[in-house]
Amino acid sequence: MQGRQYDVLVIGGGNAALCAAISARRSGASVLVLEGAPKFYRGGNTRHTRNMRCAHDAATEILTGPYTEQEFWEDLLRVTGGETDEELARLMIAESKDILNWIVEQGVRWQPSLGGTLSLGRTNSFFLGGGRAMLNALYLTAERLGVEIHYDAEVIDLTIEDGMFLSARVKRPIDGMAEIRAGTLVAAAGGFEANIEWLKQYWGEAADNFLIRGTPFNRGSILKMLLDKGVREVGDPTQCHAVAIDARAPKFDGGIITRLDCVVFGIVVNRDAVRFYDEGEDIWPKRYAIWGRLVAGQPGQIAYIIFDSTVLTSFMPSLYPPIEADTVAELAGKLSLDPAALEKTITEFNAAVRPGTFDHTVLDDCSTVGLTPPKTHWARRIESPPYYAYPVRPGITFTYLGTRVNRDARMLMKDGRPSANMFAAGEIMAGNVLGKGYAAGIGMTIGSVFGRIAGREAAKNARN
Amino acid sequence: MTVCNSCRYCEGLCAVFPAMEMRRAFSDGDLNYLANLCHACGACYVDCQFSPPHEFDVNVPKTLAIARADSYAAYAWPRALSGAFARNGLVISLVAALSVAAFIFGFAAVNDHAVLFGIHTGPGAFYALMPHKAMATLFGAAFLYAVVALAMSVRAFWRDIGEPVGYRGDAGSLWQAIDDACRLRYLDGGGVGCYNENDRPTDRRRIYHHLTFYGFALCFAATSVATLYHYLLAREAPYPWWDLPVVLGVLGGLGLLIGPMGLLAAKWRGDPALRDASRLGMDVAFIQMLFLVSLTGMALLLWRETAAMGPLLALHLGVVFALFITLPYGKFVHGIYRFVALVRYARERRG
Repeated sequence: MQGRQYDVLVIGGGNAALCAAISARRSGASVLVLEGAPKFYRGGNTRHTRNMRCAHDAATEILTGPYTEQEFWEDLLRVTGGETDEELARLMIAESKDILNWIVEQGVRWQPSLGGTLSLGRTNSFFLGGGRAMLNALYLTAERLGVEIHYDAEVIDLTIEDGMFLSARVKRPIDGMAEIRAGTLVAAAGGFEANIEWLKQYWGEAADNFLIRGTPFNRGSILKMLLDKGVREVGDPTQCHAVAIDARAPKFDGGIITRLDCVVFGIVVNRDAVRFYDEGEDIWPKRYAIWGRLVAGQPGQIAYIIFDSTVLTSFMPSLYPPIEADTVAELAGKLSLDPAALEKTITEFNAAVRPGTFDHTVLDDCSTVGLTPPKTHWARRIESPPYYAYPVRPGITFTYLGTRVNRDARMLMKDGRPSANMFAAGEIMAGNVLGKGYAAGIGMTIGSVFGRIAGREAAKNARN
Repeated sequence: MTVCNSCRYCEGLCAVFPAMEMRRAFSDGDLNYLANLCHACGACYVDCQFSPPHEFDVNVPKTLAIARADSYAAYAWPRALSGAFARNGLVISLVAALSVAAFIFGFAAVNDHAVLFGIHTGPGAFYALMPHKAMATLFGAAFLYAVVALAMSVRAFWRDIGEPVGYRGDAGSLWQAIDDACRLRYLDGGGVGCYNENDRPTDRRRIYHHLTFYGFALCFAATSVATLYHYLLAREAPYPWWDLPVVLGVLGGLGLLIGPMGLLAAKWRGDPALRDASRLGMDVAFIQMLFLVSLTGMALLLWRETAAMGPLLALHLGVVFALFITLPYGKFVHGIYRFVALVRYARERRG
């Protein structure tokens, strides 16, 4: 790879990187992909995804009904609270229609949404076999088209002069250092959520107790190099998408199976065995997305979801079994909580519960009275042993800080000028569209749409 | 399996995962059901984000391969013979060798030298060496035994996976299972093809299995037609080249030569990560028995008008006999259990 001049260098190996590589190659460019991870871990967080949100005007084999561009836009506006670039967002939504077919042409297969508790059958298309199957298909297509791919290829420096990419310095375990020259650069190397030191800049020591749901390779090194070398940033650097996940999950890469969405069925207490937030405030997905942040704000960044035997089989199982005990005091002992404090919390909660008709699919009328904080929906007494608990910690999914881009996925420099030959796609530029919040499958839409655009534009740029 | 049930990304790949999702906890019978529903296409291994080297170490094809082989032994009838699955390659080889030897010595003992190495042609030529009645009785008994033993095993399996013994069949589920089995619907990696050696869906096992299965079916049809000829039309074997039993037999025989060779080659090349390595002997033994049945049959056809006919007939009959009596104690049972699992899956899906 050293000594050869490529038209397009793609840094990264996930959905956005591969869409960019394939799109550039199909536009006639010579393409090199540098993936920092070993082959098994290739693809960053795409490995853990399973669907993509695309607009469409009619039901299809895999989608149960139409999802118009306008509806998609309104959803995006709602989840981001307006923190989105309307021009780029509308472009992405318009392009997402065609992506449904384009991605199939690249070998990816869809399936109807069958099981699970997700009700996304109308808005989201599911990858047959999940995200790794999608990646495998993209890699096979890229290889077949003649894209050169290297694993364990960590880019440790970029030479950029006045907004123009010249070369990348690569470290590989087998052949050491190499200097790669290319006509254009596509940065698709993800965010920085696996870089605990970086997270500590905004979260302090609390970040030590964060679990990273995805790849340990998203350390944000490419993002940092680009921002340091004059690329304009976008998105709140202090923010990340966090959900509450099982505290027993591994530090990295636990993926989907450590999620817990059973807050509505019980109460949540902190290390002091005290409740701290309304467990019945909102329905999925909003509640799913706020609890990570809530737990991050508690001492020790840990909390416990407490429920009883009546609801044990009411939700999706997670990887780890709940902790079980015959009495509240015994449960407190197993969780290393103060038994008296936990008993007091549960007694007060039970006393405040008013009868109602329980229905976890709507905002029902089961609530507490005279309790602070209240549980405004789905409140039922916790009184049927055995008692159960899930310990939870913040699980970080992705970060919002990124590089500013324009409609061509071309990076913008700090002075507002477009870069001569640098493009970005995927999580590294997701903050342009998704400044805040999250909607299921939107990360994949950003990756595929802007990956395809970045590849095409980079190829055009390189061959001019 | 806990990992799978809380992930479910694979649910579109085959029947195993939807069946798994219908259960929250697994009994032994459930596990045996899932294990036999699995066609070992390998897609869920290649597509799994938690397969090794990930610390969760999820390997569904291998886990189910081990459970599957264990289930064959667990349901063997009579129970005393379940040990045959432990060192299956050795057992099958010994039975085959003894069976062939018995036919050769039997032929030699009963017939004098001139008959054994004589040239026999025309209708009834084979029966110069072994009377038709003896042949029909012996093989009929062996076949009947295999059928009874398999039926008893299936009964145990059916009961263990939670279905009523008095099942009289519902045509829809049965037809769905026949369709699934005949097309090997779930041996396709969810649509792109199977995985065998690596993460590329380049596997040809489905084609080779079709050749083997339909080859076997054609050979069976050839024998059935010949039996009808014998009893209904009083036409005795051997039959001329152009006649139906021979045509069916030759076509089937070719399938049974090419198919097993392909399967065996795939077996050697297969990624050991996906396999139950300790059961390789069982797989190889059955594949080789099918291959040998066809090889000896074809040899008999080619040289039936020479002095080699006698020894070749003994060889062929020996191999066929060994195949028959070992059917309930070898890899053959995979097809039966898998079909039964497909029937149950079809019933579950119909609700």
